[in-house]
Amino acid sequence: MMRVSTDVFVVGAGGAGMYAAISAAREGADVIVADKSLISRGGATIMAQMTVASAVGHEEPDHWTHHLADTIEAGHSLCNEELSAILCEESVTRIHEMDEWKVGWARVEGRMTQVHAPGHGLKRCVYVDYLNTGPAVARALRGEVAQRPGIRRASGLAVIEIVVQDGEAVGAVAIDVESGETVLVEAGAIVMAAGGLTKLYKRNSASINMGGEAYAMALRAGAELIDMEFVQFFPIGHLAPRMVGMDPIMWDPFRYKVGGRLLNGEFEEFIHNYGASDGGNYTARRDVASYAIYKEVEEGRGSPHGGVWLSFDHISEEVMKEKFGPMIGRLAKNGIDLQKQAIEVSPIAHYHMGGIRVDTEMKTRIPGLYAAGEAVGGANGATRLSGNAIPEAFVFGERAGKFGAAFAKGRARAPIDEAAATIVLSEPKSQLQKNAEPDGSATALMTELQALMWDKVGLFRTGEKLEQALERIREMQSDDLRNITIPDDEPFNQALLDWYELRAGLLCAESITLAAINRTESRGAHQREDIPDASPEFERNQTIEMSGDDMVTGWAEVPRISYTLEEKQAAVI
Amino acid sequence: MSEDLKTMLKVYRGAADEAPRYEQFDVPHEDGASVLDALVWVRENEDASLAFRYSCVSANACKECMVLVDGKVNYACTAKLNTGTVTVEPLANKTLIRDLVTDIVPPKERLASADVE
Repeated sequence: MMRVSTDVFVVGAGGAGMYAAISAAREGADVIVADKSLISRGGATIMAQMTVASAVGHEEPDHWTHHLADTIEAGHSLCNEELSAILCEESVTRIHEMDEWKVGWARVEGRMTQVHAPGHGLKRCVYVDYLNTGPAVARALRGEVAQRPGIRRASGLAVIEIVVQDGEAVGAVAIDVESGETVLVEAGAIVMAAGGLTKLYKRNSASINMGGEAYAMALRAGAELIDMEFVQFFPIGHLAPRMVGMDPIMWDPFRYKVGGRLLNGEFEEFIHNYGASDGGNYTARRDVASYAIYKEVEEGRGSPHGGVWLSFDHISEEVMKEKFGPMIGRLAKNGIDLQKQAIEVSPIAHYHMGGIRVDTEMKTRIPGLYAAGEAVGGANGATRLSGNAIPEAFVFGERAGKFGAAFAKGRARAPIDEAAATIVLSEPKSQLQKNAEPDGSATALMTELQALMWDKVGLFRTGEKLEQALERIREMQSDDLRNITIPDDEPFNQALLDWYELRAGLLCAESITLAAINRTESRGAHQREDIPDASPEFERNQTIEMSGDDMVTGWAEVPRISYTLEEKQAAVI
Repeated sequence: MSEDLKTMLKVYRGAADEAPRYEQFDVPHEDGASVLDALVWVRENEDASLAFRYSCVSANACKECMVLVDGKVNYACTAKLNTGTVTVEPLANKTLIRDLVTDIVPPKERLASADVE
């Protein structure tokens, strides 16, 4: 067993985690930033396609309060407005800081280029390059992390559990993935920045290591989760043919820029049957497009892989080349010629609005435990505005690192009891059913869970489907999870790591399903086919906490800002 | 998925201190499938303990899945899966950890042994 000690321990090394590490280090803290994958390679940041929303006002006059107004509107009355305001106001500073760190925001004549993204009142989204914003952001932050002496990097360190002693978070139990060795991390503060949970859905757009561990670890440590029923789906994710080296959400700009036709399995346009018009401008609202696709598939009019067709065969080759240049070549490498074939698209899980409940210092209710990035719930309410995910990683990461460092400074580190680790690490084996020869596989169960969540806790929900899902999820927790073959101590023990991941995934799945059952209305990303309207009584946030082994839900008033946006604008002038 | 098309996936197995061995898996073949798809299929359907690195969803963004495919260095996610026999081995110029996993972690991204108390 290896023991390490640090002021601030950051779990997850995507955009939020790396920003937290940098921010804590410049406050003078010693930092360890860990990722179960490699630093900056896993998570959602590196997969980010293009837009980063911030009222830097280079393209046209803007103010963060306008960004806030758009964010709150998209959030369908559920935004934690204090967090949203911080996100919008501080993103401006963070975008400029990233610029100093040479991220390479696209510019024309010195001014950052900003584009118009859905839901924004004006051109507000900076970017680096088509499909390249995420990798550029990851690279810039990786460089900053590497050159700060106060930061130790730990690639291949899988954090399993936050250690709580006397009601406070004092460190973590982790496994060195390559050697299998246990690592005990003693920390003055812990920042949970291990991203979202989109992996829990069969069709998703994020990295494979986003299985909800951040939420599950926080929940088990005693923190609350909030708004877990709100999973964002992206309407036209790539489905088929198989394609590599491309972001699955890449078709959106294609469709908007030149007008891609959505066709059902019978090659007929269908959006107009759902009260929307797609003719001419191809800008049917995302939620309408998602619903129409879902319904066509459900009624047997889907494409072969269970989506619909997206066709560009009515657009000339010249226009496609002019608008998309090198992308056409990358598609050709995948054997795709848009002049000759339609591709299949389907809604895919893209982002999680819910998450760990924090205050404006990114602090959970457990002293010493902080959260950052997608792991945080509340700032985006019931639907996230396009372009808000990367600024959220920057802003909340910076704050969690800063406030975490300040907390750690005034606190004596507690030695972690080795018994805590022993219990955590013996769980996969101790849970096995007595006298049985386990023959299950966590990987196969994860695949089943993904299908279950997709079918029953996905885009369009009903009370009946949700109850069926909850029953199976609980059965998997109490039964299947105890019947999994795990090889003894071996290097890179994938089956063991998969067991912990499945346990975390099931806890998250339970929380989403339970929250979706309780919210008997439709709002934002939570759509109930059996209750299609929003109800004012549900203009509240839903909380989740553990009481022993039981999950307990509750309701909380939505935090609102106490000033008018006009006051803030006037203050600047 | 075409029922009749298969790939015989021949995979290197074992840790650094074990004698090298190869295991073969009959993997269903789908048009456009990658070697990574086949490895994931094996882990889901045949052997959950097969070790290989990957993180992004075949976007070739994380760059973690580099292996030898039929003797040539390639990313498993961008290497097209052929029918017939396909051999997958760990990178030859890196220290083997287990199966297809080699030591590709930059030295400065390891918790230093000096931290051990």
